Amino acid sequence: MNVTRGFTGRPRVHHPGLPPGQYDAGEDWPVLSAEVTPDLAAADWSFRIDGLVERPHTWDWDTAHALPASAYAGDIHCVTGWSKFGVRFGGVSLDAFLHVVRPHVSATHVIAASHTGYTTNLPLADLTGGQAWIVWEYDGKPLPSEHGGPARLLVPHLYFWKSAKWIAGLTLLDHDEAGFWERNGYHERGNPWEEQRYSGD
Amino acid sequence: MTDTVRTTDRRFAVPGRIAVSEQAAAVWQTATLTEIRRETPHAATFRLAVPDWAGHLPGQHLMLRLTAPDGYVAQRHYSIASAPDDSGHIELTLDQVPDGEVSGWFHTVARPGDTVEVRGPLSGFFAWPGDRPALLLGAGSGIVPLMSMVRHHRGRGLTVPLRMLVSARSPEELIYGSELGAETTPVFTRSAPPGVPVGRLTAAHVAPLLAERPSGGWEAYVCGSNGFAEHASRLLVAAGQPVDRIRIERFG
Ligand SMILES: Cc1cc2nc3c(=O)[nH]c(=O)nc-3n(C[C@H](O)[C@H](O)[C@H](O)COP(=O)(O)OP(=O)(O)OC[C@H]3O[C@@H](n4cnc5c(N)ncnc54)[C@H](O)[C@@H]3O)c2cc1C
Repeated sequence: MNVTRGFTGRPRVHHPGLPPGQYDAGEDWPVLSAEVTPDLAAADWSFRIDGLVERPHTWDWDTAHALPASAYAGDIHCVTGWSKFGVRFGGVSLDAFLHVVRPHVSATHVIAASHTGYTTNLPLADLTGGQAWIVWEYDGKPLPSEHGGPARLLVPHLYFWKSAKWIAGLTLLDHDEAGFWERNGYHERGNPWEEQRYSGD
Repeated sequence: MTDTVRTTDRRFAVPGRIAVSEQAAAVWQTATLTEIRRETPHAATFRLAVPDWAGHLPGQHLMLRLTAPDGYVAQRHYSIASAPDDSGHIELTLDQVPDGEVSGWFHTVARPGDTVEVRGPLSGFFAWPGDRPALLLGAGSGIVPLMSMVRHHRGRGLTVPLRMLVSARSPEELIYGSELGAETTPVFTRSAPPGVPVGRLTAAHVAPLLAERPSGGWEAYVCGSNGFAEHASRLLVAAGQPVDRIRIERFG
């Protein structure tokens, strides 16, 4: 251990929900995106699933909202170091969307793409079984655009860059393919409990 | 029939020639503080000897970690202020954040000889290798990665156009004030020298720079708080800068 002379850190109570190397951002919700926040109206938003599926499908705002509503209440963790406890998002479980398109058995990975051109890769197994959502509400209100509104992907058990903002679609693949941040040195999977921040972790 | 699908979306191009392998960036290294220079009443530059530093591109940042005796670690991102060189040193410039855990240690405890840990450089997206005309917009400590670009431009005697607009509360708060040259237009939000208007960055500051139209067009780099990043990037878009040629680093 490489102790820093004179550094004690803030007084702290250990929070069992805080993954290693993270701090509690409290009320703050920092914005981290490398691109210009798009001016994307709900009426212009669409979400498509294609690639290795039986029936590729595109939803618009109304058809996505016609799917059964589902909420997430829990914590989120950003690779830059902050975590946020007890947040509430509303939207639709990704399982409901996948049920419509019917993934091929050969599909193992997913590339998520945003309306701005941002991409991120995920194992399909991280998106099924009630672990992922398309969300448009935060704390009962419309999701703000700088946080990915009108709608973003939500995969709360992975670092938050995997929860692509301004989600435009998912492409199912039979192999893994690095997305935007992953080509920039970030980890392929991004599990906060294993501190999978950068490639090589 | 093959089931393979390839995605082709590469809209956000990463600048070419990323200097450093990802493996080098994955390793924590010990950095020794060799010098502290005051820049403004609230900001100081910390020079670090990092003997195995693999190099960086102007604009990149690193991850820094401090460890308490009980094993508690605090890690934060800091942009690299110095231009790439072979001195075995890098420089960081930190704002003192009120009650800040890490910046507070640097500003009140740190002295030459102390060691901290760093890993990096990280994120090639905000990097500028010196290849394209660069239009830099920063506020507060957001000038730090931009200054690495300016220093690189000067150090290498590059002739590709480079312009910087930087917003500060007052001349005293303008980081690197004495080092800025003709490439830079400062904008003061609270107090300014006699004859210089006070106010925030506006379309009128951006318009003359976009009117220059260097060949190949500007690559714009925006850095600062999220509020500044939103404001400045909107001004650029409104003035005609293509959205996919605006790179943003948000300090939070
Ligand atoms: C890519 C990137 C590059 C950056 N580059 C630079 C740079 O070049 N220069 C620079 O100065 N900064 C830079 N930053 C910001 C930097 O990472 C830190 O956020 C900043 O230095 C503040 O850290 P801190 O530990 O001093 O403050 P923190 O301890 O994180 O505190 C920040 C604020 O939150 C409050 N706070 C947070 N946690 C608690 C808590 N548990 N209890 C009470 N209050 C709390 C504090 O009161 C304070 O107001 C960069 C950020 C990013 C993302």
